[in-house]
Amino acid sequence: MKQIWVISKRELQSFFDSLTAYIMLIAFLGFSGLFTWLYGSDIFMVKQASLQTFFGVAYWTLFFFIPALTMRQFAEENKTGTIELLLTRPVNDWQVVLGKFFATLLLIVIALAFTLPYYITVASLGKIDHGAVITGYLGLIFMSAAYISIGIFTSSISNNQIIGFLLALAIGIMFQFLFSFIAQGTGGIVGGVLDYLSLSTHFESVSRGVLDSKDIVYFLSLIFLGLVSTEAVLTKNRR
Amino acid sequence: MDIVVENLTKIYGTQRAVDNITFRVKTGEVLGFLGPNGAGKTTTMKAITTYLIPNEGTIKVGEFSISEQPEEIKKRIGYLPESNPLYQEMPVIDYLRFVAELQGIEKSKVNDRLREMVDICGLEGEKHKKIGELSKGYKQRVGLAQALIHDPEVLILDEPTSGLDPNQIVEIRELIKKIGRKKTVILSSHILAEVEATCDRIMIINKGKIVADGTSEELRKHAQGKEIIKVTIEDGDWSSIFEKLQKIDSVDVVDILNKNKNTFEIQSRANQSSRKKIFKVCVDNNWTLTEMTPIETKLEDIFRELTLS
Repeated sequence: MKQIWVISKRELQSFFDSLTAYIMLIAFLGFSGLFTWLYGSDIFMVKQASLQTFFGVAYWTLFFFIPALTMRQFAEENKTGTIELLLTRPVNDWQVVLGKFFATLLLIVIALAFTLPYYITVASLGKIDHGAVITGYLGLIFMSAAYISIGIFTSSISNNQIIGFLLALAIGIMFQFLFSFIAQGTGGIVGGVLDYLSLSTHFESVSRGVLDSKDIVYFLSLIFLGLVSTEAVLTKNRR
Repeated sequence: MDIVVENLTKIYGTQRAVDNITFRVKTGEVLGFLGPNGAGKTTTMKAITTYLIPNEGTIKVGEFSISEQPEEIKKRIGYLPESNPLYQEMPVIDYLRFVAELQGIEKSKVNDRLREMVDICGLEGEKHKKIGELSKGYKQRVGLAQALIHDPEVLILDEPTSGLDPNQIVEIRELIKKIGRKKTVILSSHILAEVEATCDRIMIINKGKIVADGTSEELRKHAQGKEIIKVTIEDGDWSSIFEKLQKIDSVDVVDILNKNKNTFEIQSRANQSSRKKIFKVCVDNNWTLTEMTPIETKLEDIFRELTLS
């Protein structure tokens, strides 16, 4: 546990040292703030004390930002060879993978924490469904964790950050809307399977305030799959 | 801690990078790996650090095996990889602290160890700089500091002096010698003088196999076998000298190095010495012997002989 934290701390530090963290925080708050309060179907347009607009915007912003955060996490270490020094420390592959995973997740949680004033403001404007807000945030965290695990995996397979980024985005697009898009047109068993695979389906049901174990199992499996694949790549590279 | 390598084989694709090698390094010994590029030095070292998983064979560091208790080995090993990979964007002291924490050094002792490392490796003036801003020599010192910070019992150094200037090379060699007295050290190099200067024992590897193993004296003796001497003889005609020298029964080959100066290189038959007889021939013919130097086989020659075939 301690080893995971030592690695996470360094990763988080490097996000801030390289300015990545600041750019990400500013851009995320800028986008979500703009669309929640000022532009398009913002709160004053919808005239409801609800954060649904914000969750929708954050869902897409994070989708694009997360691959940009995870892309260098393993690719850079593979390129410079620091991965070798990291894996010859008294840590196992899992601790390294989890350390990197939690560092990025923590950064996302920090970003989300900065949007709590939105919640307080909206709550003071009208009657808000507190349960839906909590599950909405939970949905964003689940969704982020899933994309982080995918991003870490795509970063680990090569020493090229761009490949890591594009591949994460390509895999992400399938879960983000391709599966549900195709599911709508097909129907039947295939449609049902694709609908289950679609991340947006599960995100929508969670962010609407329904915390179903089916959705939680879905997210946890996706996270687990990404992390297991990363660990497998690390082991394969040493053979 | 002894290192025992048994029947180690590592295959990349179809190439046997390391081919069934077996050796043992004792505590307090400094072993030098010598070999041309791609001979399998680095692969062997990576396998000992538990980073590479070998295809066949076992490696034990102390009582721990790389496949069973890698974590125990990793706690006790200090490793400096060939390319000295470091996090360029991190300040030196932060990086060393990170390493110290990962190595599980107690919180109360971390600062003492950091101070000691900065001191030993001469990093006082650079400790707050980012690693990426340092010169190659200082980066190498950071590399050594990270390998030594947890006071490991075993040190694996892959080309520790590559890219350093002569003064730094001497410093680092001294440091390795000093540390090496109590620890088990394996270092690799393709500079022969370096291995000779720092190592108790030399192992030459070629094409994944051990081709020679011993102290530098042992290797020389082994390769020498035949006595080779250079002689210069004055007051005589080169052709008659050449003829007389060849007639000596213990002489195998006579080579003319310089006709005008009458300089010859004489190789004796195996396990025989011709020095006394050469002297006697000179006296008998009233020639003056002005030079007689034994030619020592250089480590370079042994190396070339073993690795070029």
